[in-house]
Amino acid sequence: MALKIDLDLCTGCGACVATCPFGALSQRAEDGKVDVNEACTACGACVDVCPVGALTLEVADRSAMAAEAEQYRGLWVYAEQRAGQLQDVTLELLGQGRTLADKLGVELSAVLLGHQVRGLGDKLFEYGADKVYLVDHPALENYTAEPYAEAMSALVRKYKPEALLAGATSIGRGFIARVAIQVNAGLTADCTELDVDVEKRLLLQTRPAFGGNIMACIVCPDHRPQMATVRPKVFAPLAPVPGRTGELIEEALNLKDPVVRVLETVNAMQNEVNVAGAEFIVTGGRGVGAPENFKLLEDLADALGGAAIGASRAAVDAGWISSFHQVGQTGKTVRPKIYIACGVSGQIQHLVGMSSSDTIIAINKDPDAPIFGVADIGIVGDLFQVVPALTKALRR
Amino acid sequence: MHIVVCVKQVPNTTQVRINPETNTLIRDGVESIMNPFDENALEMALQLKEKHPGTKVTVVTMGPPQAVDILKEAVGRGADAVVLLSDRAFAGSDTWATSYALSTAIGKLEKPDLVLFGKQAIDGDTAQVGPGVAVWLGMPCITYARAIEIADGEATVERLYEDGYEKLAVSLPCALTVLKEANVPRMASLRGKMAAKKLVIEPMTAEMSGADPAKLGLNASPTRVVKIFSPPPKAGGVKWQGEEPEVMAQRLVDLLRERKLV
Amino acid sequence: MAELNYGLSELALEIRSMVREFAEARVKPVRAELDEKGIFPTEILRELGKMDLMGLYIPVEYGGTFEGDSMPNLIAVEELSRVCIGVSVSFAANGLGADPILIGASDEQKKKYLPPLASGEKWAAYALTEPNAGSDAGAIRTTAVKKGDKYILNGTKQWITNGGEADIYTVFAVTDKNRGARGVSAFIVEKGTPGFRFGKKEDKMGIRASATRELIFEDCEVPAENLIGREGTGFIWAMKTFDVSRPGIAAQGVGLAQGALDEAVAYAKVREQFGRPIIANQGLSWLLADMATKVESARALTYAVVQSIDRGVKDYSKFSAMCKVYASDVAMQVTTDAVQVLGGYGFMREYPVEKMMRDAKILQIYEGTNQIQRDIIGLALNKEYAAAAKK
Ligand SMILES: Cc1cc2nc3c(=O)[nH]c(=O)nc-3n(C[C@H](O)[C@H](O)[C@H](O)COP(=O)(O)OP(=O)(O)OC[C@H]3O[C@@H](n4cnc5c(N)ncnc54)[C@H](O)[C@@H]3O)c2cc1C
Ligand SMILES: Cc1cc2nc3c(=O)[nH]c(=O)nc-3n(C[C@H](O)[C@H](O)[C@H](O)COP(=O)(O)OP(=O)(O)OC[C@H]3O[C@@H](n4cnc5c(N)ncnc54)[C@H](O)[C@@H]3O)c2cc1C
Ligand SMILES: Cc1cc2nc3c(=O)[nH]c(=O)nc-3n(C[C@H](O)[C@H](O)[C@H](O)COP(=O)(O)OP(=O)(O)OC[C@H]3O[C@@H](n4cnc5c(N)ncnc54)[C@H](O)[C@@H]3O)c2cc1C
Repeated sequence: MALKIDLDLCTGCGACVATCPFGALSQRAEDGKVDVNEACTACGACVDVCPVGALTLEVADRSAMAAEAEQYRGLWVYAEQRAGQLQDVTLELLGQGRTLADKLGVELSAVLLGHQVRGLGDKLFEYGADKVYLVDHPALENYTAEPYAEAMSALVRKYKPEALLAGATSIGRGFIARVAIQVNAGLTADCTELDVDVEKRLLLQTRPAFGGNIMACIVCPDHRPQMATVRPKVFAPLAPVPGRTGELIEEALNLKDPVVRVLETVNAMQNEVNVAGAEFIVTGGRGVGAPENFKLLEDLADALGGAAIGASRAAVDAGWISSFHQVGQTGKTVRPKIYIACGVSGQIQHLVGMSSSDTIIAINKDPDAPIFGVADIGIVGDLFQVVPALTKALRR
Repeated sequence: MHIVVCVKQVPNTTQVRINPETNTLIRDGVESIMNPFDENALEMALQLKEKHPGTKVTVVTMGPPQAVDILKEAVGRGADAVVLLSDRAFAGSDTWATSYALSTAIGKLEKPDLVLFGKQAIDGDTAQVGPGVAVWLGMPCITYARAIEIADGEATVERLYEDGYEKLAVSLPCALTVLKEANVPRMASLRGKMAAKKLVIEPMTAEMSGADPAKLGLNASPTRVVKIFSPPPKAGGVKWQGEEPEVMAQRLVDLLRERKLV
Repeated sequence: MAELNYGLSELALEIRSMVREFAEARVKPVRAELDEKGIFPTEILRELGKMDLMGLYIPVEYGGTFEGDSMPNLIAVEELSRVCIGVSVSFAANGLGADPILIGASDEQKKKYLPPLASGEKWAAYALTEPNAGSDAGAIRTTAVKKGDKYILNGTKQWITNGGEADIYTVFAVTDKNRGARGVSAFIVEKGTPGFRFGKKEDKMGIRASATRELIFEDCEVPAENLIGREGTGFIWAMKTFDVSRPGIAAQGVGLAQGALDEAVAYAKVREQFGRPIIANQGLSWLLADMATKVESARALTYAVVQSIDRGVKDYSKFSAMCKVYASDVAMQVTTDAVQVLGGYGFMREYPVEKMMRDAKILQIYEGTNQIQRDIIGLALNKEYAAAAKK
């Protein structure tokens, strides 16, 4: 696919130049007619605005690929497990996968890779899978990208799903990118929205790019399967249906020994999450009242999937928490995606360290606390009630 | 040892915004920089070079002609050789086509023992190019690496995952994607900068790379970006009060979920 | 930001941006800790060495990058000083230690000692002051007695910057008691020479990141070939060193004052009292205006002195003294005013201007107190006008 410009028709009005999301169009110095550069993604935005029809998308002959694509049916979810534990994102993807599969009128399958993990199949059925493809093999005992990709690619080649979803976790992002090359498919990274165009049987994949500053909608028109990794926590799992079952298809594969060997696994981070560079920060101020109350904030941090704990100087000076956690003038300067200030009044020395956070949430019982001046969302209330309620709502 | 480091030129994304009226990327005045994670990959290579004398570090980028800037930066820091893969035929490549193109350029070089990538590019944000190139080159790839030791043709690598890390062993050659935690990138030296200034870098074209033209650029890319738009705007200072804590908490969580923040 | 055009070379501009970026990235985050705990900036100097920035004043033939333009080194000092003069003095003291070698040593000595300094592998220090010889440097009592192919050094040097950290020391000692200043000779003494040890590290008011130490010589045997020039020429090397090094102190003053001005203006724009930023008060903005004017005049004078030396102007002792005295006084005034602009916050350790004000004081003391500088200027005036009257 490529953008074709009919220079005879082009009047040099410049309408298209302004619409190009990627700045790929410009007007030639000599005659004002339009020119396209390598930033073009053939998205077609300009085609619709050209008043004289000078712009067209040259579509390659896709009939062969389309016929090939017809052979692919069904929606797959990679069932990520670590040390025999199914990861939450798998259940979330089954939830959304169910909706999409039903729209398309196809089966929803889960792909389970590992060693001695057969027992996990039941849970996958309970959470919405119609089928489970299982490869149980010693080479898959520990996750390493190569055998996992080899197994997944073999299944894809044999069973031809039209779409494949995996969690955008370190494992999912690590080996699915190999699969995409091996099976010659497109892969959309780290999606936060998924839908389907039922008529064209296209997966509509929406994802943030440019550090979350823009959102992009991506499709794979011709290649199958349409693959996506999906950010954890954006979809909700279905309520499990106890006793719900389905078909378990075990595939015996001849996998090579892993080329990467796992020497040692160290669970739990050695260090606490450092506020500098953290994506989520829950900060406590003097309002937290006592060192043991930081437990409430830790629970909230945990519910957010591992946030760092910050502190105002008042909390540090009171000896409730080490100065390692201090945010502000004398502490660290932070710029997380979400900053939750609990019982922090918001003095300028604190604000200089955190005011450029993407989203600031403040919880304070004083409606006139200056922190509300910089907060995107302020909750006036007692942190001892609001914080546990938040933790609960997040865990739901 | 021969180490290849792949680096990408990216806009400094903390500044990139969409014009709300035209829905186009505002690029004016946006500075171009070396992808920050690639700086860590380059630093890892340079530290290995210091530890293992005789090591050669080659830096490869695919991009428009102005991407030479980051190659010069790399030379300033101590890279031995650079490759600028630049051709309009590469335009519009997604990660599939990008990883193919990079692998053909690397294939033209002395066979590498190690190919390093950043964890991800801060514009495309996919983290897919490293593992993709590794497949084309027939190498294993360890993602999210924060430390490496090399002895007797074998690498020991620490790979981070969500709640811990693993120590892995692999025989060379292999590919790695490198985290920020790995090191603190050095700054360019004066002599390095002077040498870089004088450097004339001839681009490697698609033809020179020997790539199959059918696997290049937009046409060969399975994915299509069909639309871009601004994320839902910030609420801009809402304050809730006088309601039950549970109600406000639930509303907040709903809002965060709606905005895909959690 | 608007700036004057001092006709800086491409190299000088390159150095300015490199060192500015370096100081922001590497020095700023640690300066408070270095100051509080009195930690020598070893890592920082090592990295500056790797970046080829330790040899800006050393000629190309001895491994440095100097080709007649002294501004790059001066500007490196200024930019480091903008963030921390404890670090910048540790950097600049290498040049002070090396200057007697550059000025008076033989080609052989230069080839041996300058390249490792240029690469940053080794560091240098300059040892003149003694407990009883400060401003009156001619009164030093450390002795060097020739014995065969060696000199035997005995005595104590005091407050030597980079003491203990440096590898190469230029030491001034008396070889002929009867000749006063004309009986002083200069020696290159390497760390580790038997009979050479270090006394205590001083606990200072400011520039606490720098190491200031006693050097103790007890029958320390120095090879005769380490004598710089001839016997009795030491005091000349010492004074000529100051003529070229004092603009470096001025550059510290300019940088430090600029750093304090930056902090003060930034703060005055965000601090609100009476419902508006304090900078909106004329009384305060005039204070800032005076600070800025002083900083720029100090910079202009300092640059003019160094550029004139490069252009071959002779008899520049007076001008070197002028820029040292002026820029260090400006640094003291501007840092004090910066604390004033920040009010009580400025008085707190958490804000950097408190440290800057403590640091500034040394600039009026070392490399000749400001009284001594004024003496030099006054003496020169007296001499020049006498000469003019004769004509
Ligand atoms: C030189 C200097 C440097 C400084 N550097 C820093 C710095 O780096 N970082 C920093 O944070 N501060 C710094 N400060 C201190 C700063 O000025 C403030 O004193 C400090 O930030 C106040 O901390 P706080 O908001 O936790 O406490 P307070 O100002 O006492 O505020 C406590 C808040 O908690 C609320 N609260 C109490 N109980 C509850 C409850 N049950 N539920 C909900 N809300 C409740 C109150 O309404 C109040 O708003 C510095 C000060 C100086 C002088
Ligand atoms: C808004 C938007 C969304 C996109 N989404 C997708 C998508 O979901 N799927 C998809 O396949 N493509 C996507 N693309 C295309 C993709 O951004 C490009 O293919 C890009 O060239 C490489 O991807 P990346 O920036 O994500 O790099 P990453 O895969 O994140 O980069 C990882 C590492 O690979 C190396 N590297 C990457 N690019 C280069 C290069 N040009 N030269 C040298 N080394 C390099 C660097 O070491 C880098 O750190 C998208 C493009 C846009 C504009
Ligand atoms: C932190 C630090 C680092 C130093 N680093 C070095 C170094 O690396 N190498 C080195 O050799 N030395 C170094 N010195 C020594 C420094 O150069 C001397 O301190 C300085 O020359 C002043 O000598 P003094 O302290 O003995 O003061 P004094 O000479 O005792 O002076 C005391 C006061 O009397 C005034 N005074 C003295 N004589 C006169 C006069 N004739 N007319 C008017 N007023 C006069 C002075 O101005 C001063 O105000 C360092 C000192 C310090 C504090």
